[in-house]
Amino acid sequence: MPYIPHTEADRRAMLETIGVGSIEDLFVEIPKDLRISGLDVPEALDEHALFAHLKELSERNVDLSRTVCFLGAGIYDKFIPASVGTVISRGEFLTAYTPYQPEASQGYLQTIYEFQTMVAELYDMDLANASMYDGGTAMAEAALMSAHITGRKTVDVSQAVHPHYRQILETYCWSMGVEVRVIAAEDGATSDYSGVAGDSACMIVQYPNFFGVIEDLTAARAAADASGAMLVVVADPTAMGLLPPPGQFGADVVVGEGQPLGIAMGYGGPLLGLFATKREHVRQIPGRIVGRTTDEQGRVGYTMTLRTREQDIRREKATSNICTNEALMALAATVYLAAMGKNGMRQVAETTVRNTQYAIAQLTKAGAKLKFPGKVFGEFVLELPRDATEVQHALLDQGILAGLPLGRYYKGMDDCLLVAVTETRTKAQIDDYAAKLKAVL
Amino acid sequence: MNIPLELKYTKTHEWVRIGGESVTVGITDYAQSELGDIVYVDLPTVGQNVAMGMPMASIESVKTVSEVYAPISGEVMDTNKNLAAKSETVNNDPYEDGWIVKIKMLNSNELDLLMTADHYEATLGD
Repeated sequence: MPYIPHTEADRRAMLETIGVGSIEDLFVEIPKDLRISGLDVPEALDEHALFAHLKELSERNVDLSRTVCFLGAGIYDKFIPASVGTVISRGEFLTAYTPYQPEASQGYLQTIYEFQTMVAELYDMDLANASMYDGGTAMAEAALMSAHITGRKTVDVSQAVHPHYRQILETYCWSMGVEVRVIAAEDGATSDYSGVAGDSACMIVQYPNFFGVIEDLTAARAAADASGAMLVVVADPTAMGLLPPPGQFGADVVVGEGQPLGIAMGYGGPLLGLFATKREHVRQIPGRIVGRTTDEQGRVGYTMTLRTREQDIRREKATSNICTNEALMALAATVYLAAMGKNGMRQVAETTVRNTQYAIAQLTKAGAKLKFPGKVFGEFVLELPRDATEVQHALLDQGILAGLPLGRYYKGMDDCLLVAVTETRTKAQIDDYAAKLKAVL
Repeated sequence: MNIPLELKYTKTHEWVRIGGESVTVGITDYAQSELGDIVYVDLPTVGQNVAMGMPMASIESVKTVSEVYAPISGEVMDTNKNLAAKSETVNNDPYEDGWIVKIKMLNSNELDLLMTADHYEATLGD
């Protein structure tokens, strides 16, 4: 069935109503030389031929059914319970996108309320918002919020924070006249905070950091306090199954990428931004919060709050430029967290650490070296005796996504590979990776 | 529309009650009715300096968030703490219990720039 809702008769009726002879006449306002005359595209295919063509194109991609994934760097190949897909595919949720008349969508508001509660608990913070686009924008928004709260115009970010997140931070800060300073990382961790000065609005560290190393948040908190800066932590939600959450270290804002919570590794998304903070900052947060209340008859009801501070209403005085949330992905995370529960999250984290430690042992035996001495969670940097990009390509030919070559992001790290090992990797897969790595080194 | 004669007004809908060296400031009956149900008032800090015509507080209603502009330059002496729990007082009693801040004036000549009740009422016709 072709998905074309209007018949020729419908179109004629519409054109007659507005008094126009043809669809082409709707464009007369646009000068002829600005219009495209004839596109160089092939003839339309029938449905069957088109499907075959698209399938052929899609097979040129590397997909996880034909490769074993040790590539992470922010997006992870994790187990997703079937309940996630089942719930988020329901039409009531799938087509709703964002509630425009929110109080009429009580079911959706309840899921967002539960999402916020679970994110706040995961990070041990007072509150979480209804979600952001992704971890990178959530981090940039946290920096701008810190600048607004402290009235300072400089933010400090660790070099061991995801390079893409730092690019987003630069873009956001540039547009707001906020300067970004980088705190150097040594041996894969942030330790020397001496560059953080009294003009710093916030200090941003990642936990575990981009290299997989678990940062010392006690030291980070102390350094932030010494200069009166807020502490922003980018935290992997999976690691919260095992590591003490940033809230326990007194973080002011905790943000993260929610993709590991039941969201597939899409090509470019969708992702899910997590954003949690302290109660005192609730009216400065980007985005909205769903609240739980009671109606006139004492019945529980949910309501969307802080909408009035978003950009479509408050314009240049808005808390941020986000005027929505990532509702469907937040729902996926909510179903995932509910399905896993506290014990499930702990098991996933423990299995991740066990698999990671086994992989480190096997891959170092195969001839690679562990680059940094710090404790890691589910990801680590290997130093290879040859160029990491060449090794990556050689292993991809053998069905292994070996990891991320770091030379593109860090000077002098052309021989380094960032390797992720999730709870879904098996001993056999890790052994196979080690054997194939040994052969190409 | 209630526009008490003894008060001074701004075109941004603040009222000013003069009491010696200091003034008490709130928003007008017209302003509160335009905003609708007020759910939160973001108050300045006591001791903070404010400048005539610059934002000093914000009022959140179910429809929007609006700035409250300082009608006079000076230092914030006091804020209405009762609004934290009962922001609807601004709707119910804008000229008395719904006051927002008290400001110690820096320059009383600025008072001449404020409007009388009649003048303010005339601007509402626009």
